[in-house]
Amino acid sequence: MAYLWSLAALIPLNNYGHYIHWGVIDISVANFIVVVLMIIAFVAALFLPFPGRSRRKESR
Amino acid sequence: MSTAEIDRQWTTRLRKRATGHLPPEKLLPDTQPAYVSSWIYVFGVTTLAALMMVILSGIILAIRGPQWWHSSAIGHFVNSTHLWSVEIFFFAMIVHLWGKFFMAAWRGGRSLTWVTGVVTFLASVGTAFTGYVSQTNFDSQWISTQAKDGINATGAGSIFNVLNLGQMLMWHIVLLPLAAVLLTAIHVLMVRVKGVVPPFEENGATK
Repeated sequence: MAYLWSLAALIPLNNYGHYIHWGVIDISVANFIVVVLMIIAFVAALFLPFPGRSRRKESR
Repeated sequence: MSTAEIDRQWTTRLRKRATGHLPPEKLLPDTQPAYVSSWIYVFGVTTLAALMMVILSGIILAIRGPQWWHSSAIGHFVNSTHLWSVEIFFFAMIVHLWGKFFMAAWRGGRSLTWVTGVVTFLASVGTAFTGYVSQTNFDSQWISTQAKDGINATGAGSIFNVLNLGQMLMWHIVLLPLAAVLLTAIHVLMVRVKGVVPPFEENGATK
């Protein structure tokens, strides 16, 4: 069980949050990371080949 | 009872109308069009899967109650499962929304599909918000005291009091999930009735 606690300690959650201030935009680093991950997932979904797609095209 | 009388029954009319719009092979199809073979179409069903996990973990939390989810290891686990299912739910729903927006997925008489999706999103935001203020910890106290001024400024505070834990919990575990699940069901049925929106034509024409 102790190793689980040490794993949790990798990301200290008891500190003050970090924020990005950019003009009128004021966003926490955690939320900013999630937004960036969503954009990465969106772009990857558009360009990564879908498994079995070529096989389906051949069978048509 | 004559055939004419049977045809006039509301159950007969409803069944004929339902099966006419959505025959079983359309409701649960064996195959999808070739253009659905893309990762962008995975996010809708990811949202559905996450919603199922949210509901399942929420039911367990409702059965055991706040003392359990705050103090026991398994309670912490189910509480975290509930939170992270919500995170995945919104993550996937936003990417699904972006994908459908750039596909102009309201084409071909699919406006109601788009609108039910938008309303489901709004209901989900409300469900998540009431969940954050129902945690029964310092975080929920902080969020509710911060939110009250914004809600009161809209005038909604007179009937929707974010400092009223009982009211927020009822909205979170009864009213809003009911709305979100019902709207999701209608949204999915609309997708099945109208089919997945086809891509734009290469010459730029829309369908």
